[in-house]
Amino acid sequence: MSYQSKSLVIAGAFAAALSGAATTASAQENEKCFGVSLAGQNDCAAGEGTTCAGTSKVDYQGNAWTLVPAGTCATMELPAGADGMARMGSLEALDRDLPSA
Amino acid sequence: MTQTDFARALLDPEADIPVGITDPTGRPAPKRFSVYRNNVASSLTRALEAAFPTVRKLVGDEFFAAMAGVFLRAHPPNSRMLMLYGDAMPGFLEGFPPVAHLGYLPDVARLDQAMRESYHAADIQPLPDAEFQRLIGADIAGLRLRLAPSLRLVRSHWPVVSIWAANAEGGPPPVPGPEDAVILRPEFDPRPQRLPSGGGAFLQGLLEKRTLGQSLDQAGASVNLPGILSLLISGRAIIGVDE
Amino acid sequence: MLDQTGGGLPAKPGTGYKPQHFASILADPGPVGWLEIHAENYMGDGGRPLAQLRHLAQRFPISVHGVGLSIGGEAALDLDHLERLKTLCGWLNPASFSEHLAWSTHDGAYLNDLLPLPYTTATLARVCAHINQVQDVLGRRMLLENPSTYVAFSETAMEEVAFLTQIAERTGCGLLLDVNNVYVSGVNQDYDPQSYLDRFPLLHVGEIHLGGHDEDRDDHGNRLLIDSHGAEVVDPVWALYAHVIAKAGPLPTLIEWDNDVPDWPVLVDEAARAARVLEAVA
Repeated sequence: MSYQSKSLVIAGAFAAALSGAATTASAQENEKCFGVSLAGQNDCAAGEGTTCAGTSKVDYQGNAWTLVPAGTCATMELPAGADGMARMGSLEALDRDLPSA
Repeated sequence: MTQTDFARALLDPEADIPVGITDPTGRPAPKRFSVYRNNVASSLTRALEAAFPTVRKLVGDEFFAAMAGVFLRAHPPNSRMLMLYGDAMPGFLEGFPPVAHLGYLPDVARLDQAMRESYHAADIQPLPDAEFQRLIGADIAGLRLRLAPSLRLVRSHWPVVSIWAANAEGGPPPVPGPEDAVILRPEFDPRPQRLPSGGGAFLQGLLEKRTLGQSLDQAGASVNLPGILSLLISGRAIIGVDE
Repeated sequence: MLDQTGGGLPAKPGTGYKPQHFASILADPGPVGWLEIHAENYMGDGGRPLAQLRHLAQRFPISVHGVGLSIGGEAALDLDHLERLKTLCGWLNPASFSEHLAWSTHDGAYLNDLLPLPYTTATLARVCAHINQVQDVLGRRMLLENPSTYVAFSETAMEEVAFLTQIAERTGCGLLLDVNNVYVSGVNQDYDPQSYLDRFPLLHVGEIHLGGHDEDRDDHGNRLLIDSHGAEVVDPVWALYAHVIAKAGPLPTLIEWDNDVPDWPVLVDEAARAARVLEAVA
């Protein structure tokens, strides 16, 4: 694509986006204050007692670690490993660069 | 006794109590010392539970708490601002054998982390509509867009936005396939959205300060440019333009 | 430099601010005359936390209470963190800034707990140097809080009250007297809280803290109290508080509740109880 035609494509896309986008006016800051807040995480309280989290053995390489994930992952039918990746990858090329975290 | 001795014994439940730590009559006091051990582990576990709600829901509360115990000892916070604690979690999950079969988990952790970063990012007014209209007449392919500090891009081989929606909002079960997520915060509430075709590569170009034209090249032939720009504009995510 | 730049807190009850109470506080603050925030939760770049704080600061005097400066740490103070505190105190101009007699970082790791230190001439010199540095950088007087402690150190050579008195006299800082901490430490360290308070330099006290605690047992079956901030203030602590106020006159008094935070009316009830104690001597 030539530089000029790229500019035309981009300008057209902007025009379409601007006509379609819901550019609602921003609420006043005072109103926005009332939404859901994430809890602050620093505080100066002590924990629950003397014996739970601080003294449990945590070496998962030993035999102490016996837990298995038991949340909603059981309901996600998303195959693991190379086979699963390849099957999903058929929807889109996999050789793109993923950004680092 | 130095604080080095104290700190080492805090994070290692197997370590001996530092010499010189006693009860008020001078007797050894391991259970008293364990109050501090417990405070550190339980407070950081609570912080991680709040930080990674989607990961926690996926693996379950009991598993998450135990895993947090491993994580916090391998990666104690390096900042006193706990609101951003956990940036090592995705990498940790990639190497944690008990979740090796949940290949999507590291990217879900990236999304949870990015949501929090977005929540605390600076407030910047978006470019007014009239400015956009002016741009359309300009040499637009050579321009670089400045994006809101609250915008985050999480590209994934996994359906991260669908996984997030299924867990956070009771959305439908995710189907296998890659999804690129953009987190937008038009006001104070960040929200992840699935980018349309080519959106991840295009947005990555913009974030790397490439021009609109270069980013378009990167995005491939199937790119849905009006869809991407519409998301960014309604998400109040374009804050300026550099010539 | 040692003027309280923000003007000091009113001698009324205050509460620790929790975001879930934002609307309730504005609708009906009850006897609550000021709010305290944990500094580190407001060191982000923007978003709702800072917007709420800006909004509340128009209605209430704000106390900034740091939990992460590690004033008792062996290492030098973290200059980046100090700079963030300066930024916060700069735009907010809080009525008060306070921190803890404790340490919480080591070798780059933030341990997120208020860890104890032995009271020796060496630790006294270190803490004083750090407080001087904080007051110089912030350009304001700070208050230092007495800790809840669970262990004793064989190397301790000074009583806590003497240690705190020395700090206040050498640095010009004020003291934040946490009466629950006095009670918790008194039980844990086997001293009489009343006698501790009778020796405490009330002249230097700029703020009082009241909070709840949990109870456990140590290795030898003795009572071990834990400063959980997760329950009502207990009656023996209220009695000690009334004793302090009768002696010192009305002081700004914070109700601290950080774990299992209840609905706003519960905090209002606790604040009302403090208000009655304050009014009795006003």
